[in-house]
Formats: sequence, structure tokens, C-alpha cells
Amino acid sequence: MSSKTYDVVIIGAGIVGSACAAECANEGLSVAIVEAAIIGGGATAAGMGHLTVMDDSEAQFALTRYSQQLWNQMSDALPREVEHDACGTIWVAVDDEEMAEVRRKEKFFAERGVRTEILDAQSLAEAEPNLRPGLVGGLRVPGDSVIYPPCAAQFFVNQAMKKGAKLFLGTPVDKIEPDNMHGVRLSDGSTISAGLVVNSAGSSSPSLTHGLEVKKRKGHLVITDRYPNFVRHQLVELGYLKSAHSMTAESVAFNVQPRTTGQLLIGSSRQFGVDDSHVDNSIVTRMLERAVEYLPRLGKLSSLRAWTGFRAATPDKLPLIGPHAEHERLYLATGHEGLGITTSLATAKLLVDQIVKRESVIPVTPYLPARMARGAVHA
Amino acid sequence: MGDARDLLVVGAGPAGMAAAWRAAQNGLRVSVVDDNPAAGGQIWRGGPPEATVWFERIRGVDVDVINGARVFQQLRPGTLLAETTSGVRELSYKSLVLATGARELFLPFPGWTLPNVMGAGGLQALVKTGLPIEGKRVVVAGSGPLLLAVAAYLRGHGANVLLIAEQASSMQLARFAVGLFSKRSQAFELKRQLKGVPYRSSCWVSKAYGTEKLEGVTLFRGKKSYQVSCDYLACGFHLVPNVELAKLLGCDVEPGGVRVNEFQQTTLANVYSAGETTGIGGLELSLVEGEIAGLAAAGKHDAARELFPLRAKQRKFADLLNRTFALCDELKHLSTPQTIVCRCEDVTFERLQKHTSWRAAKLQTRCGMGPCQGRICGGAVEFLFGWSAESVRPPALPVRIDSLIRK
Amino acid sequence: MRETVTLVVNGMSVEMPAGSMVSAAILKTGTHAFRRSVTGEPRGPLCGMGICFECRVTIDGEQHCRSCQTVCRNGMDVRTDG
Repeated sequence: MSSKTYDVVIIGAGIVGSACAAECANEGLSVAIVEAAIIGGGATAAGMGHLTVMDDSEAQFALTRYSQQLWNQMSDALPREVEHDACGTIWVAVDDEEMAEVRRKEKFFAERGVRTEILDAQSLAEAEPNLRPGLVGGLRVPGDSVIYPPCAAQFFVNQAMKKGAKLFLGTPVDKIEPDNMHGVRLSDGSTISAGLVVNSAGSSSPSLTHGLEVKKRKGHLVITDRYPNFVRHQLVELGYLKSAHSMTAESVAFNVQPRTTGQLLIGSSRQFGVDDSHVDNSIVTRMLERAVEYLPRLGKLSSLRAWTGFRAATPDKLPLIGPHAEHERLYLATGHEGLGITTSLATAKLLVDQIVKRESVIPVTPYLPARMARGAVHA
Repeated sequence: MGDARDLLVVGAGPAGMAAAWRAAQNGLRVSVVDDNPAAGGQIWRGGPPEATVWFERIRGVDVDVINGARVFQQLRPGTLLAETTSGVRELSYKSLVLATGARELFLPFPGWTLPNVMGAGGLQALVKTGLPIEGKRVVVAGSGPLLLAVAAYLRGHGANVLLIAEQASSMQLARFAVGLFSKRSQAFELKRQLKGVPYRSSCWVSKAYGTEKLEGVTLFRGKKSYQVSCDYLACGFHLVPNVELAKLLGCDVEPGGVRVNEFQQTTLANVYSAGETTGIGGLELSLVEGEIAGLAAAGKHDAARELFPLRAKQRKFADLLNRTFALCDELKHLSTPQTIVCRCEDVTFERLQKHTSWRAAKLQTRCGMGPCQGRICGGAVEFLFGWSAESVRPPALPVRIDSLIRK
Repeated sequence: MRETVTLVVNGMSVEMPAGSMVSAAILKTGTHAFRRSVTGEPRGPLCGMGICFECRVTIDGEQHCRSCQTVCRNGMDVRTDG
């Protein structure tokens, strides 16, 4: 039982929570971090650590771009275990329609200062010899990179603790602001008193804040043995966004990442309304079949493990960053769907800006939790 | 076989063969599936004379033995998937016997990753499959009766076995010797084969040294260290059961092995388990457990009951075995901070030490995330740090991407 | 039935008894490093039963084959990565 009152108590030490903790501590706030199980053990551990700029909306672009810049500024300070690798992304086009999309993306990014390169069929094949013949081209984004997220989350927690943050590890939060106290009560009955509570519990955040419009979106991944240089960039099909934006029950999309170890991370899948974490053979099969369509030689590679994770998805695909509409002492930093790793750093900045009432580098309105109230949001 | 067979046995070692034989004898349609190129498991690799009667029994009944097939996943309850060189096979069954055997326990010590440092069973397997060992100097070390069997085998093939270092104390071993009364003829034979080979108790390898490969070992005994030059180190610390497939299927697994009832039935209704998988206990126990499982799967419970006394007797031996070769605490302190514990990912002792759970250690260091899927380091981290193994995710063994797609 | 098979290990011809495993063939050529670990250590077979994956080599162009579980065949091409 702690008698101290912290400025902020942060629930969940995934990549978002831990980045927020580090930023709050850096700001001089006294921070308590409560993590029920393992640092970076939720979606942070399950997903791909792809740091990428997205163009599906201005708000998504602003957030990913700002956050990517923060990652780049930090890259030298990241420990070796974070495995930061500036390998870049290639968005792969299979036909002329997708190639038109490539040109649209290039224009969008160019107008906003993001350097990209249009690849025709030949230069795509040279860049990635293991892609199947017959693809028409792609868009290379050299500023994108990959990391190993659990170690990044640990790094941020360490940064926070160096600045005085206290870590409460292994006991889940039972209730936020119980019995008119400000803070949290843990499942062992102890309480942590804080001026503000930040719910950054990812796909578990709705269990702590009633009515939160965050739904679990299950994903699968498969990892292979080491095949250095089998692919050199993160490779994503242009249909990926269709899958990510679709509200249908389930979808797969080609998404392959080379790890610095030479292992390949193969994704991706999305399912709504599935609560159990067991590996679904039929989804894995579909996902791998899709991947083999793009990388025919992938079939012969040795796979070591398949697993699942739960993204935290909101109805408008944008995260919730800021004060709860009805409880001014409760802040939210959740709902990042598949972009939590990328946008963790910008989320932390926007959160702290709002706590200290400072204007942010990018407009915060699109991410405010208040937008969800009274049907203000179009799905 | 398109339809579901009556009984599928996973593992063609002694327990699996005993189960298959009894079930087939009683009219069941039986298949045995095994990863190795030939039947026999580990102890009967190469089909030694004592296994002959069992191999003949299997040939004498209608059992389909499928070699070179790696069971990696459950497609749905009642159907397993196995990878072969020519693709994936679906194996459907009404009942299942898991006889997946055991593997050696490896403990890290400085130099243990040098080429020519192998398991005790490991070096024996290599010699059985063609490695010339004549004239080579071998130190056999670790713990368990396997060390004696391996030393005798290697010697019989011309190796110069320099010594056997057993970590158990002479008192523990004396108690074991008394309990061996029923197996005295085997013990006597081993003693004869090993005449002249020093058998040192309370003794272990504290370091293996060499530049690109093993050149010698440092042995520790009673506060004194001494060096021995050698070509091979055969080092294993007794056995641990292979419970991964059982876990993947959802059977209850206890620290010692898969949990079974008196008829060798697991907590899943139509799944049995027999042999080392249910707890380390040696060859005779594996055989009788296998027979009981096969008879029970065939509905012959009375015949199975007739074997209960023999099993009880063998279990007593198994208990003595496992008590005798319990590992001493000093073995927890062999590693230096730089000693590699996870060989797949080269994770050192000092990096692991900081963590309080297997899961945290895995996520932060990638220990256990390599191709061995934690089979080599798992037993070590359990012994060193008290971390117990996690749930198992598919595939149970690394397989080609094509196999996950079921092509 | 043939009593021996001949395979090629790192360009060297090796004769082995029929039914031998590739791991034994590699060791017979005096090669003890089958592969390099992630930090560059030389590694060879450990468990002999197909679970440690330290004996992985490239066989007939396919990477990461467990040599202790692969039976030698005539004309097989084996390359270590030590």
C-alpha cells in the first residue's frame, strides 16, 4: 500500500504505456506504472515492430509521421536488443489498378515531405529477387524501419525509472478511481493514489473504463528460421489497407518482415469478435497461402512458431489520446490497432502536452476521446 | 489410409511398439508414426539384439509403421498432421497413444558449446549412425544410468573411455546398487564391460576447453580440479520427458510427465500415454506401460489389470532411479556470466539472471525462441532459475511453410 | 542391397555404410563445425536425436536440414556453414 500520491499512474506497460511513462517522467511528473503481467507482453510482444508512415487519412499520416521522426531522433540511443533496422518498406502492386494507387501514394507523401521511390517491375525484382515474376511494381519508402518491440518497451520503462518512476509489476488493476479516490485499486486490495490515471491497457482497456469503444482484433503471425537476405525490406501488399479498414469478420493480407536475425515474420490476419487466443489453422493457412503467392520460395522455408495477439481497435481507426469525455482525471492512450509501435512515441508526446496544457506539434482533435461521444464519429 | 484407424501410436520406441503390438493382437487397426528413419526410438536405435523379439512381434501383427514423419499439429480433435519429405499426411484415429519418449537434460557450463561436446545419448546415437569412434578418447559425464550404458557401448566399439564422472554421491549410488537387485544380471554385465574405466562419484565437468573444438575438460571432485585431454565429451544429466505434443493436444502434464490413470489414459478421453513420456523409469517400465495402454485402447481392461503388479514393481525401480540421480546444487553454479544458456539465440547466463519469469526472459532475450523451441534450454532454466515451461504453440516441431499450409 | 553409399561433403567424397546419417559423414571428414551460431561460435551436433538443431547443414540445396536425422544417399550434396 502506497501512501504517496503520484502525479500520474499509468496502467499497462506495453509500448504505448511505457512510452507515456517515460515522457511523463521526462516532463518531471511523478509516475507510477502498473503492469499486470510482463512489460511489453501483450500486443507489443505479439505484433510486428514495423515503424511506418500511413496515408489512409490526414490524421493517421500526421500521427505516424510525427512519431516516426521521434523514433529516428532516438535511434542512436536505442539499445542493441531493440534491433532497430532502417530496412524500409516496399508496398507491392500486382496490377495496374494497384500501380495507380502507388502513384497516388507517392504524390501524397511527396507533398508532405516523405521521400519515396516508385519501382517498376524490373527495379522491384532487383530490389526483392524472391518476389514472384509478373508483379507490376511498387512504392519503396526508405524512411520506414523495424524494431523488436518488447525490448523497446523495457527500454522506455527503464528510462522512466531512471527519472524516478515506480514500477508495480505483477498485480492487475481492479478498478480505476474506486470509492471517490483518485487513482487505482489493485486486485490485492492495495491502492495507488494519483492526480491522473492513464488507461493504456490496450485490448484490456475497456474492462477498466466502461463504455470505451475499443474492440479486440485478433491477429496471427508466423516466424521462420534464419534466411538472411531472403527479403530486404518489409513487404506489404497494397490490399493491406483494405484488410485493416474492413469491418468484416476476418481478412488476411500479405505482410512480411525481415528481422536482423535473418528470420522472417509473416503476417497478417484480422478477426473481430474472437476472444480466444488459440492459433486458428484455417486462418494461418490462408495467411501463408497469400504470402506464398507473393514469395513462392517461402513455402520451402522452415517455420518455428505461430502465435496470436489482440490489437485494440476503434471504430474510426484512430487511437484515443487525451482526457475521457466525462472524467477529467482519467486519460486514455489506447485503441492503436496495428500502429501502436509506430505511434507510441507521438502518443506519449500528445498525452503529456494535454496533461500540462501545452499545444502539440500536430493537431490533437482527431484523437480526442471526446469525439466518440454522441455519435460524433462515422465508422 | 483414408478412414480413421482404430489406434494411432506416436513414437516407435519400446512403449509405442508394445502398445501397437497389444492393440493389433486384439484386432485393432494400428498405425505407428515416428520422426526417425527407423523404429526403435533412442534406446533401440539400430535394432540391438535385445530388441529383436519386439521387432518380430511388430512384424507378426498388422501394424502400419510410418517412419520419417514428424507430427507437428492437430488439425481437429481426432486428426494429427505429420510432415514427411513428400508432403503432409493427415492421420485420423479413434484412439491415440503418445509414446514420445524422453530427451537428455543439458546443463550449461563453460565450453559446453564447443564442437565434440555432445550428450551421452547424443554421442552414442552418432556412433550408432556411422561415426567412427575407434581409438578416440572419450570422457563420459553428467548423471544417470545412461552414462554406464553409453560408456559400455562406446568401449565396445573401440573408444578409449577415459572415465565416467557421475555427479551423484557415492551414498546415493550405493542405495541404488542395493535396489538394483532385480536387475543384477544387467548390472553385472555392465560392470564387466566397464572393467578398468574409473567411475567417479560426486564428480562433474566444470569446464570444457579448446579453440575451434574440444581438446580437454576440467573435472571437479571434492574441491579438487584436474584436467583431462580428450576428443569427445559425452555429457548428459539424466532424462526429461518429451511432453510437447501432449501439451499441444491439451493433456494435463505434471512436472514429472504426462498425467495418466491406471489404464495409462490421459485427461483427454481417447488419448493414452506410455513410457518415458509419463515419467522417466527405464525400459521395462516403458514396455509394460505400453502394453497396458494398448490393451486398454483395445478394451481389454482385465488383461491390462494383469500387468499392474509388474508395472508397480517397475515404478518402484523408477522412483529409486530418479531419487538416486537427483541433481546436486553445485551444478547450478557452473556457469559464468558469459556462459551461453540458450544455444539457438546465444543468450548468456548474465542476461537471463535479471528476469523473474520464463516469459519475461523469452520476450527480452529471445531465449527459447529458436528452432529447438526451448527443448535444450528449457530444462536448464528450470533447474537454474526455477522457471517452469509455458504452453506449447504449433508447430510442435519446425516444419516447412508448405506443411503449415498442408500442401 | 548396397553396403556403402558415397556422398559429397563440402566438395569431398565420403563413403559411408548404408543407413548412416549425414552427421556421421560430416564428422568422418574431420569437419567438426557444422554451422556458426548467431554470435559466430562454431557448433556441431549435441543431442543426436533431432531436437537441438545444432547439426543443421544444407543438403541438396535445402537449408537448415538436421543432418543427424537424414540418411546418407548416393550423390547427396552436403554443405556445412562452419
